Parts: sequence; structure tokens; C-alpha cells
Amino acid sequence: MTHTVKRDRMLVGGFALAVLTMPVWMTPLGAGYPDLLQRFAIYGIFAIGFNILFGLTGYLSFGHAVFLGVGSYAAVWSFKLLSMNVLPAVLCAMGVSGLFALAIGYISLRRSGIYFSILTLAFAQMAYNLAYSVLTPITNGETGLKIERVDPRLIDTWLSGPSTLIPSTNFFGMPMSGYSGFFFCAVLLIAAFYVALRIARSPFGAMLRAIKSNQNRLNYAGVHTRPYALTAFVISGIFAGLAGGLLAATDPLAGAERMQWTASGEVVLMTILGGVGTQLGPFVGAVIIKYAENIFSAFNPQTLHGIFAFLPDPIEDVVVTVTGLFVGNGWQLTLGTLFMLLVIFLPGGVIEGARRLGVLIGRKTAALRGRRSQPLGSALPASGAASE
Amino acid sequence: MSDNINDPSRRRALKVGAALGMGLAAPSLIYTRNAWAANFRNDPTKAKTVMLGFNVPQTGPYADEGLDELRAYKLVVKHLNGEGDGGMMKTFKPSKLKGNGILGKKVTYVTGDAQTKADAARASAKRMIEKDGVIMFTGGSSSAVAVAAQSLAQEMGVVFMVGLSHSNDTTMKDRRRYGFRHFFNAYMSGQALAPILAAELGTDRRAYHLTADYTWGWTQEESLKNATEKLGWKTVAAVRTPLGAGDFSQYITPAVNSGADVLFLNHYGKDMVNSLTQAVQFGLRDKMVNGKRFEIVVPLYSELMVQGAGAAAKGILGTANWHWNLPNEGTKAFTQSFVKEYGFPPSQAAQTCYAQTLLYANACEVAGTFYPPEVIKVLEGYKFDGLGNGPTEYRAGDHQCMKDCLVVRGALHPTGKYDLLEVVKVVPRSQIEYPASMGGGELGPYIV
Repeated sequence: MTHTVKRDRMLVGGFALAVLTMPVWMTPLGAGYPDLLQRFAIYGIFAIGFNILFGLTGYLSFGHAVFLGVGSYAAVWSFKLLSMNVLPAVLCAMGVSGLFALAIGYISLRRSGIYFSILTLAFAQMAYNLAYSVLTPITNGETGLKIERVDPRLIDTWLSGPSTLIPSTNFFGMPMSGYSGFFFCAVLLIAAFYVALRIARSPFGAMLRAIKSNQNRLNYAGVHTRPYALTAFVISGIFAGLAGGLLAATDPLAGAERMQWTASGEVVLMTILGGVGTQLGPFVGAVIIKYAENIFSAFNPQTLHGIFAFLPDPIEDVVVTVTGLFVGNGWQLTLGTLFMLLVIFLPGGVIEGARRLGVLIGRKTAALRGRRSQPLGSALPASGAASE
Repeated sequence: MSDNINDPSRRRALKVGAALGMGLAAPSLIYTRNAWAANFRNDPTKAKTVMLGFNVPQTGPYADEGLDELRAYKLVVKHLNGEGDGGMMKTFKPSKLKGNGILGKKVTYVTGDAQTKADAARASAKRMIEKDGVIMFTGGSSSAVAVAAQSLAQEMGVVFMVGLSHSNDTTMKDRRRYGFRHFFNAYMSGQALAPILAAELGTDRRAYHLTADYTWGWTQEESLKNATEKLGWKTVAAVRTPLGAGDFSQYITPAVNSGADVLFLNHYGKDMVNSLTQAVQFGLRDKMVNGKRFEIVVPLYSELMVQGAGAAAKGILGTANWHWNLPNEGTKAFTQSFVKEYGFPPSQAAQTCYAQTLLYANACEVAGTFYPPEVIKVLEGYKFDGLGNGPTEYRAGDHQCMKDCLVVRGALHPTGKYDLLEVVKVVPRSQIEYPASMGGGELGPYIV
């Protein structure tokens, strides 16, 4: 038991270190700028929360983006009505999306499997259409909900009088754009990661895993599983709401497209790409997808010509034409291919790939060591057994 | 050591106090540095090149316009760097552009896909500003995007030259110090169109509006309602349709049975192509209502849309910012240069984006610096000619270009593949002008 605790501590520590140093090691990859780093952290939280429901409990929600959108709207309304401080906004986002999750989960969890997925998808589409047209006074429809100079901002006005310009979001004076915004999101991401890990290790987490492996058996044993599943659903919804609130905090604008089914599908992709049910997987998946979306989509034939300039001209043209299909507007083609290959050859996602690679390397080095120690004779079988 | 933690000694209090003080002072240090004039975001003074960001929709309902904008941007970069035939740079007056880039620095650019979505457009613009280090970004084909990008420009302190945006809000309610619009707006469309409508359709009409459900649609509907009701027209109903709906038949049927005899399609891009084609297929134009022929009006027209709608657009009235066969010097030079490069004439989206980039580049030359507040001050109140629209003024009060606009009609007998619009009237600036204070809004500070 102490062994696991120690390993978990190292995992959280390593994770925190990796996340907080992202501005440094992401720069050579072309992703070391605040806006994208913020997105990595925010969608990481979203995917980690989704994993509690999908990876741990085995319920595939196809409408999880609804909580992201609700969180964003709640946060922007908090900016408009209360204060430009992100603290009330984030709390507001988590609270409102939690309530939404409770309502949607209460109904959807009466079914499981594909029926559950369809129900959540239906709710999400409903919410999207409401936000897009019927609820325009609350959501400002296609234009998107944004901060105005004339908003009441009761707390801010009470503290420092009405503002003459449109204020920007802050955390007690710390601006939310740029690197300070990233570190704010990063700290919350690490906290979310820690909470998710604690949940997975707790008796409650064990119950969720039991639901995933065989719900019928639990029911026959006299366990009422729905409250557990509902709790997982709400927690997961609150994570998504937090992510939505942070999206609004770093960029105070909320649009309905955040709730579209494509956004819901994206988080499923992130989780599967990274590794369902693993601790690190969802975050890794979120980083890969957001990286592809922002970096590959910005490539154009010019950049490709730059990259392949070392090839002879006719070959260069062919290579650029072919690869051109997979970047720019076609970045989703790259993602689709990558996703297909992963699901076919590595169903456990990137984390599974890394683990296999680790084992392979371990075996190679062991074999190498074995060969070196061959003259000694008996060392070979021993080291071979150790690597298994 | 352990007593150090529990004992609140003086030394420890000092240490904590000092640390806190440093932490609080750090952000303000960054602020004061930014406020220093010679040090602004993405300052290209030390670089050999200057980077511009072209943020256009390459996917979504306005993608056709976006791609044409991109063509214009690529062309203007060539001309600024002294390649090609120079286009409107030869006719632009007064101009300090020399064809050696901007302030002697070669112009390079990055592109991004705004996806016709405010969220995506802002993400793409942020990438350009934070990663690629653009000194100015421009483009876009939706007012929702323009408004969102413009407020981002203000927050970031990077100038945004609005692409295609026709909503009043862009330079009224949501105007910003760092945003500039060359294109005309919905209020001007209403003022220009109303007298022609009165002359051709009479003063006793009943109108029905189908409106794209976002800032542009809302303001265009409002502007046309006001302008036509002043003529004595009645508005039967105004129905909002979602952007990118694709199928408009469910909205057109009620319009037919409403007792209205004029249908306003406040749609743009692929949406307008679809709604107009479907309205014509429903036989609206052959109907007689209230003893008058049923008419369709598309208040904002574009060549690209007429190409898409084909025969359905014949004879339909609307307004435009510019058309490639206008008989002035700038237009001729630009059209010639564009046709030579791409083999077909430019759209009004291309013209406005080309003009915007030249205007920005020239403002830098005149100011002698890239420092945004100085560049903005040059643009404010700048009077110029030779960019295709005749004498034009960038109004200081609201950053809206004031110039003539066009009332156009889908050509009844098109002479060529691209000659699909005929100019009914060039409406003079005096007829469509309004005070800069109209619509409210605050430009905000120069230094952010």
C-alpha cells in the first residue's frame, strides 16, 4: 500500500513538474505560446474529468461539451454581474454545470450502454440549439456572449466605482491573459489531476470500477449502483464546467459552438487517443489534439516548401502536394488517420504505446546485458526472467 | 530548524514580507515596461522583416469570401514588396509607399482559418499575435468574428484592420480604438436602397424579413426596417434563421402565406445562395400579392453570391461596397492586376482587404514608426483617393470609412461569366452619412 502511495506522489510530482515547465519544453515544438498552453491545460481538465465517467465508470457520454458550454456562459455572466475576478466566475461555472449534470445525469443514467450515449447526445444537441436560437437573450446566440462596458459588475462597482473602459479578467490583480493565465490554469490542472487520482484510488473509485466491470453482478449482490454512477457523472460535469469557466476566464467570450456535438466528440477522441482509464492518458490526448488543431492547421504550402526544400524540385512538388492534403484545412485528415491507426494497433492509446515501448527497451537492454555477460554462463536466463 | 517553522520570529516575518512584496511588484514591473513608448508588443524595429496576420474563414458558410480575401492579401504583399505590377499602389493618393516593404522592411505573412466562428477566429488571432509575432492582423467575413477580433485587438494592443463586416455594431456599439473598418455598413445600405425601392416598388408595400441570427443580421434588419418604414412600408414579420442553416424552405413557406409582397433576405455567403435559390424555386417571383408582383430584395450583395445563385439572382436589387467594373483609375488598376494573377476579377471582399492592408502600410510610413498609437493617429481622419471607391475618409470618431456606395442589380442579360451585377446607382456619401456618435460605443484608450 505504501508503495502505491509513494508512486502516486511521484506521479503527481512528475506531472506537476512537466506541466509547469511546458512553456520551456513546448517552445522547440512551436507550441510555447500562452494561448495554446492555456488550451492544453483547460482541455486537459476537461478530458481528465471525462475519464472519471468514461474510463473509470464505463459510461460513454456523447454530450459532455454541454457542461463546457454551460460553464462558459455561467462564468461570463459572473463577469458581467458580479466581478471581473475569476474566482467567483470559476465557482459559478462549477456550480451551474454541476446542477446541469445532476439533471441530465438523473434522466440519462436510467439507461446504460448505447442508450445512455444517445440520451446524452440528445441533451447536448438540445442545449446547443437552445443556446443558439431560443435563449438568445441569455446567450447572445451566434454573436457570442461578451463583456460590455456598461455591465453592472456589482462587486467591482461597489469596491472601486464604475469603470470607464472594458476591464479585463484577473485573479486579484493577476491578469488572465498571457503566461500568468497559463499558470493559473496549470495549477488547477494539477489539482484536478490529483483529485482524479484520489478518486481512482478511493473505495468510491473501486465501486466505479466495479460498475464498469459488471453492473449486473453488483445489482444481484444488492448494491444500488445508480447513486454512484450519478455522483461520477456530476463530478465529471463539474470538471467540464471548470474547464468551460477557465475558457471564459482566459478569453471572456462564450459561443454556442462550444456545445456542438463535434466538441463532445473531441473529448472522446482525446481520451481514447491518450488512453482510456489511465491517469495520464486524457491529458496527453488533449495535448495531441489541440496541438494538431493549432499547429497543423496553420501549415500552408509555403511552410511545406520550406520544410522539404532539401529535396530535388520535382520530388519536392509531389511531396508537398501529398502532404498538403494533411495540413491546413486537412488537419482533421491527419487526426483521423492517427486515430484509426491507434485504435487498430494500440487500443490502449498513447500511454499503452509508451508502456510497450518501455518494455521493449527494457528487454533490449536486458538482452544486451545478457549477451555481454554470456561468458559467465548462467547470467542469461536470470536476466531474461527479470525483464518479463 | 523545526522551531523555525512554529516560531513566528521577526526574521521569518521579514522574509515572508519581502517575498510577498516581490511577488506583488512583479506584474506591475511588466506593466510599466509595456507602457514605455519604444517598447510595444511584437515590435519589428530590430527585425529585417515585418509580419502581418491574415485571419480569414477558409471553412464555414463564408469560406468563398475568405478565400478571395486571401488572394487579395497575397497580391498586396507582392505589391508592397515591389513585385508584380503594383496594382492600386500606383493610384493610391496621398501615399508614401515606395514598394520596398513597410518602412524598408520586407513584408511576410501568416494565415489562419477563422472558420466563420468567433471562438476559432480569436484562437487563430492569438496564435498569430503570441507565436508568430504579427504587428497587425486583418481579415474575416463575419461581423461576429470582426467584433470579437476587434476587442481582442484592443486587449492585445495590436491593430486589427477589419475585413468584410457589414454590421452597424462593428463601428457603432462595439467600436474599438485598435479596429478600423473600410467596408460600408447596414445603415448605409438602408439609406442607399430606400429611395430606389420607393421608385421601383412604390411606397405601399408589406415587407417580410428573413434574418441571419447574429449581430450583422440584427442590425441590417433594423436598418432596413427603419429606412423602408419611413417610406410608408409596413413590416409584416421578421424571422431569425440560424447561420449556416443550409435548408431555408421551412422559413420561406410562412413568408409566402403571410400577406407580404416583398421578401428581404438578410443573408450572406452560402446562406444567401441557398435562401435565394429556394425562394425562387418556390415560385415567389411569379406570385401576385395585394395586386402587386412579389419582389425579393437582398440588401447586401456580392459577386461571389451571384455566381452561386445563378439565374435566381437576375433582376434582384441590393447594395454593394464596390464592383470590379467601376470606371475609376484605382478599380481598373486593381482589377487588371488581380485578373493577371488569378484569371478572374476580384470580389468586393478582395478589394476591401487589399485596401485595408495598403492603408495600414501607408499609415506606418507616414507615422515613421510601427508604434500602434502613432499609426492609429495617422489613420484617424485620413483622407485618400484611388483605392476604387473615390474620395474616402477614415472617420476619427468611429473608425468607419465614409465614401460612396453602390446600389446594384443581378444583371438581366449578363455579358460574361463574371459580369453578373449591374450598377444601378452610385449613391453619394452625403446621402448615407450619419454622425459619428450614432449608436453609442467607446473607442477606448490609445495605449493599452
